[in-house]
Amino acid sequence: MQAIAFYLFSTVAVIAGTLVVFAKNPVHSVLWLILAFFSTAGLFVLMGAEFLAMLLMIIYVGAVAVLFLFVVMMLDIDFAELRGSVAQYLPLGLAIGVVLMVELTVGFAAWTGLERDAIEASAVYGTTNAHALGAVVYTKYVYAFQAAGLILLVAMIGAIVLTLRTREGVRKQDVWAQMQRDPKTAVELKDVRPGQSL
Amino acid sequence: MNDGFWTFLIILGQCLAVMIAVLISLAFLLYMDRKVWAAVQLRKGPNVVGPFGLLQSFADFLKFVMKEIVIPAGADRTVFLLAPMLTFVLASIAWVAIPFAEGWVISDMNVGILYLFAISSLGVYGVIMGGWAGNSKYPFLGGLRSAAQMVSYEVSIGFVIVCVLLMVGSLNLSDIVHAQAGAGVLSWFFLKQPVMFIVFFISALAETNRPPFDLPEAESELVAGYQVEYSSTPYLLFMIGEYMNIVMMCALTTILFLGGWLSPIGVGHGLFWFVLKVVFCFFMFAMVKAIVPRYRYDQLMRLGWKVFLPLSLAFVVLTAGWMKIFDIQPWAYTEKAHEMGRGAMIIEAPAATKTEDS
Amino acid sequence: MATDWARAGWYFAMMDFVSGFRVGMKYFFKPKATINYPYEKGPQSPRFRGEHALRRYPNGEERCIACKLCEAICPAQAIHIDAEPREDGSRRTTRYDIDMTKCIYCGFCQEACPVDAIVEGPNFEFATETREELFYNKEKLLDNGDRWEGVIARNLELDAAYR
Repeated sequence: MQAIAFYLFSTVAVIAGTLVVFAKNPVHSVLWLILAFFSTAGLFVLMGAEFLAMLLMIIYVGAVAVLFLFVVMMLDIDFAELRGSVAQYLPLGLAIGVVLMVELTVGFAAWTGLERDAIEASAVYGTTNAHALGAVVYTKYVYAFQAAGLILLVAMIGAIVLTLRTREGVRKQDVWAQMQRDPKTAVELKDVRPGQSL
Repeated sequence: MNDGFWTFLIILGQCLAVMIAVLISLAFLLYMDRKVWAAVQLRKGPNVVGPFGLLQSFADFLKFVMKEIVIPAGADRTVFLLAPMLTFVLASIAWVAIPFAEGWVISDMNVGILYLFAISSLGVYGVIMGGWAGNSKYPFLGGLRSAAQMVSYEVSIGFVIVCVLLMVGSLNLSDIVHAQAGAGVLSWFFLKQPVMFIVFFISALAETNRPPFDLPEAESELVAGYQVEYSSTPYLLFMIGEYMNIVMMCALTTILFLGGWLSPIGVGHGLFWFVLKVVFCFFMFAMVKAIVPRYRYDQLMRLGWKVFLPLSLAFVVLTAGWMKIFDIQPWAYTEKAHEMGRGAMIIEAPAATKTEDS
Repeated sequence: MATDWARAGWYFAMMDFVSGFRVGMKYFFKPKATINYPYEKGPQSPRFRGEHALRRYPNGEERCIACKLCEAICPAQAIHIDAEPREDGSRRTTRYDIDMTKCIYCGFCQEACPVDAIVEGPNFEFATETREELFYNKEKLLDNGDRWEGVIARNLELDAAYR
């Protein structure tokens, strides 16, 4: 049963990954990418890393890919031109692919299977994945974890700084000031008699 | 093999039972929705089909199924038809993790709350795909609005969930309900986290595109938003999916804040109380639609990012700080949890020696 | 502007929503304004302008004398009349058509009519399944007149004091 599930998920992931590259419509590419994420999450579940699987779904599928889709849909792309230039970029793409492949191979070759604190801990203590992960991340790797958080924060602030522009003369709604307005001070009631002015 | 087959059959049966129950109750909740708005607006609402109009939803169902499916000429056919199916499937698979009563859950997974969160964040794809595939302007605008809106409000929902999880110490939905057992209503989380309860409820409205945050389908400006090009069964799937999401959010509110299946007076079956609470939440959803005017889009974004995000973030810190200062253990680490066999152990960090010498 | 903390507290506690909710609940339990339409109907003024009808005198003679005032005044040009003297020498219509899809129910025709022949009756439930059925001819209009005569006569009598 597990083997069937594994081959199902991995086949779908590989096919979807290939179609990300070869799909003619960029929006379809992103949709295939989402399918690839999804099947990867399935593979994570099979490995017993359900916490990671859910994080992958929430962060990559639920947020990042939505923004991808958002951007790609808004782009005004000439499909014919795009198709014509595939050959031009093929060597570069292949080169990057080969480099990635080599790096992964080297990485797996050097991997001894011992750096699996979280899974080991959950196996040893019989707790859930999330508990074990928390126990490792917040103790042994706490500095690395905090550094990762800081990097993300810097990236976020950087993005805001780069894109934020303040324009002169824009009338903005100040909700707080509006909510503070009080009819007692803002409105004055006067009794105007007929035939008289104020 | 035979054993596995029976397990498979049992799970299939459970899924079918839950699906049918949810779909049928959905029909009546839809009816209730319309009746509540009608009552607030001094109307009678549907009252012709069946006694008191109770069968109105079934009549509507038949009407939608019998109609012709229209696919716009410039549409991307596959994505166009895939979108409503995706919405419906995602909305229905969320129900496997919902504990309807003590032990009444198809999959008591220990990342249940994350699963529901993930599924609800996937719900945006149906909307955005449907909006794009129609190759039409209003649906597209609706899809874009929906994407931005759902991503924004997920953030605050995430922090609200973290607040609850800090007190529970487990991602399992049954554990979250168990953690609220004890002093009846007093130990439910909506009293311990009243602000987060409100934030969650409002974010749930935004997440399910309900008024006052129904900008993706704002009928006064976008006709019907992403649903403009849809007709017949695809539209029906969209609508069922949407309402299933709403009921799912009601169920999630019930589990997180209203004590799930727990009875406030100590008697009655868990299922009864669970359904009662879900119906109450749904009533509140309907009332909000009836009495609150629609937000403008920039106000919606302001509320999400400038009010709810700082507020929920502050409450995460406050909750964690409070528990640390007064040395309150999360429920999963208490003795009570261990007695029930649902507790978690405080794990020491694995010794660093073994891994580093290789 | 100095911050009004009482108001801030009011907003934070969502008291606006609470008072709105209270109003909502008040109306929730009020008796409903809806009437059960096909079975119940609202009151109707004697001046109600609904489906047209051509009336007859009590002796069965049709009132219309083909003066074509209604045709002339009709702002939507929905009325078409052909006329010829009858055998007995009286002036009568041979055709009297009203295109109900054009009619705007302004009531000018009944105002213009010197003999109260064309009137807009109390009937408003004359929806049809085809357009063609809404092109009324003389026969249909006279038939309407016969069917609604009682109500039309009473309405005219009730309204006569104000004309």
